[in-house]
Amino acid sequence: MSHVLILGAASDMAQALAYKFAAEGFDITLAARNSGRLADVAPDLEIRHGISAGVAEFDALGFAGHADFYTNLPHPPDVVICVFGYLGTQETAQSNFAEAKKIIDTNYTGAVSILNIVANDFEQRGSGTIIGISSVAGDRGRQSNYLYGSAKAAFTAYLSGLRNRLAKKNVHVLTVKPGFVRTKMTAGMPLPGPVTAKPSRVAADVFAAFQKQRNVVYTMRIWQLIMLLIRHIPEPIFKRLNL
Amino acid sequence: MSKRNRLTKYANAAPSVQRRLCRQICPPPDNRFQSVALLLLGALLGALAMLFLAPKSGKATRRRLKEQAGNLAGKLKTKRPAATQKSGLSRISNWGNYPQTEVKVYEFEDIATLRKIVTGTNNIIARGNGRCYGDSALAANVISSLKYNKFLSFDAQQGIIRCQAGVLLSELLDVVVPQGWFLPVTPGTKKITVGGAIASDVHGKSQHKAGNFSDHVVAFDLMLGDGSVVTCSKEENPELYWTTCGGMGLTGVVLHATLRLLPVETAYFKQESIKAKNLQELMDLFEESESWPYSVAWIDCMTRGKNMGRGILMRGRHARVSDLEKPAQRQNPLRLKSKMGLNVPFFMPGFVLNPLSMKIFNTLYFHRQRARQVTSVVDYNAFFYPLDIISNWNRIYGKRGFTQYQFILPKESSRQGMQEILQKIVDRGMVSFLAVLKLYGKQHGYLPFAMEGYSLALDFPIVDGLFEFLDELDQIVLAYGGRLYLTKDVRMGRDMFMQSYPNAEKFINHLKQINQNFKFRSYQSDRIGITQ
Repeated sequence: MSHVLILGAASDMAQALAYKFAAEGFDITLAARNSGRLADVAPDLEIRHGISAGVAEFDALGFAGHADFYTNLPHPPDVVICVFGYLGTQETAQSNFAEAKKIIDTNYTGAVSILNIVANDFEQRGSGTIIGISSVAGDRGRQSNYLYGSAKAAFTAYLSGLRNRLAKKNVHVLTVKPGFVRTKMTAGMPLPGPVTAKPSRVAADVFAAFQKQRNVVYTMRIWQLIMLLIRHIPEPIFKRLNL
Repeated sequence: MSKRNRLTKYANAAPSVQRRLCRQICPPPDNRFQSVALLLLGALLGALAMLFLAPKSGKATRRRLKEQAGNLAGKLKTKRPAATQKSGLSRISNWGNYPQTEVKVYEFEDIATLRKIVTGTNNIIARGNGRCYGDSALAANVISSLKYNKFLSFDAQQGIIRCQAGVLLSELLDVVVPQGWFLPVTPGTKKITVGGAIASDVHGKSQHKAGNFSDHVVAFDLMLGDGSVVTCSKEENPELYWTTCGGMGLTGVVLHATLRLLPVETAYFKQESIKAKNLQELMDLFEESESWPYSVAWIDCMTRGKNMGRGILMRGRHARVSDLEKPAQRQNPLRLKSKMGLNVPFFMPGFVLNPLSMKIFNTLYFHRQRARQVTSVVDYNAFFYPLDIISNWNRIYGKRGFTQYQFILPKESSRQGMQEILQKIVDRGMVSFLAVLKLYGKQHGYLPFAMEGYSLALDFPIVDGLFEFLDELDQIVLAYGGRLYLTKDVRMGRDMFMQSYPNAEKFINHLKQINQNFKFRSYQSDRIGITQ
């Protein structure tokens, strides 16, 4: 049975992914900080879907421990989904570098640290899939969240390069760019209903893209069009907009 | 097998085998879709008839139709806010869509969060999936258990499952049926939570044999008002156990439950549907069928005279593998193919359910079954949960909502009492779309609805004068020594409750010690005088 490792498993999106992959028969390892709070999730996954599930302690910012974390996993994964991220507060991050650094480190440096290790392992094994949850925010910097956006842009570029490198080694890399998603991370934000996805919808889209070996997917699909337009607004106009 | 082979086999077979093969080659259409189609057809015909056959009221109806169309268009333009965000209140109602309330809803995923809510808030009540009909699960502060919905353990050898209170019975069945287990007691919807099933001590078609939900609960954990967690079972804290089962959530918040399951060979039921010309014949059939594990009857309560109370009794038992006719079913007797569901996407205009359309539907439904007795094998969804296939079916009653008037009468006085009540409904021209009759056995606990006798459940759309009419029915129910089901109730007065529930006083005294200052209370418990 194939094994999925979910990095940053406490988020709503990660949980939706865990349940989706479990429903499709994959074994699951949930990796997160304070993994104790996920203790209920593993047996629930097992009982609902008749697969085996486990929990592992993982801190995206504990770069030094990433190699040990990966080698000590009870089961080498066939699919790794990198879900962790940190939205932060744009205004704080503009004046407080600690916040800016946390945004960059969580969304980019931490992902590079662990995915380098995963990529090398998959390359050596000659198989595997890496799924990176990036964001539409990385498609163009906007004043409202360009720190988060720039970190995600870096992550998107990283995944693209990784895909280029590993394509020859039978390792697939999938970049996922969700638009608005109704989760704990976005709780309290006024999100426009028609273009806001539920986590379960994102999970279903990700699984379909994984099966079809797609390279880059937007979820919901409408975001591909929205971002196409946003990317093509000429800079002299764009800089005057309040986006 | 190719179609030609099948046809050759058919031609050479004996007539009895031919009938079976015929069904395999060309299976009969799905019953549930047929019912839905019938309902829609009935509603349409009724509405049209109202428009064109009654010239006097036709004008008014047409005007109303126009207004409603206008309203609908207006609503589509102005988006309705889902929740009043500034005040932090949510607009919710339970299954009857009446009453509509603005309350504060709390959610929790772990015990620590729940403890904070419970110790820091007054006037609270736990709420599961909101499938009680009235205001049982409504209060100024509502604690939703829906996000506390993990399975904790499942012993597939012994048939013992433990889960958090927010797990839906539908999710539970998805897990246990493929392993050869079933719920010994299930109501007519699987969209309810385990916590709600305990608080309402729900029952179903098996009530006369298997009792209530609590009869199969091994143990549960309950959070009291002070935030402490107590394990309750028939042996451990039995008083608290029996006060909580059927206690309408007034003792605290159910956290986890351990349930004992029933072993089954298949996910199917062998069902017999028998038509009865009138109420007395239907009751005879019930009494004949007491040895069947499951029984229930649908009643057409819009007929008068010697046909009054005509209906169809459905009795059944778990099918064995040898009962299954289709090879696909035999190969996978515990797995069902997922079927497409239907949805009622918006509130239907109020005129859809009118006396005429209901009469048409009832007549069509009664005569749909031509033979007096029909035997069939159906899956558990069709057997127990025919209405679950239509999401939001409660919206057919329109914006004003509906209520279910479910009462029970002792067996001795049932024949006379039911007759009297049905007569009154027909005389007044009240429209009950769905009427369900069932023979019950005893129930334990402080506030038991069930007794040895007959229960009738009637769905009424909310219209002016309905509650006054139901007050009159209350008096008949009381006179015959009956009572109303709290989970469906939305309007019963204090006197009716205190007089009809023999242990009411005892329950309240006991509750005062568990639920100090009545921290846990619902609009219903205030209304019927438990917490006032």
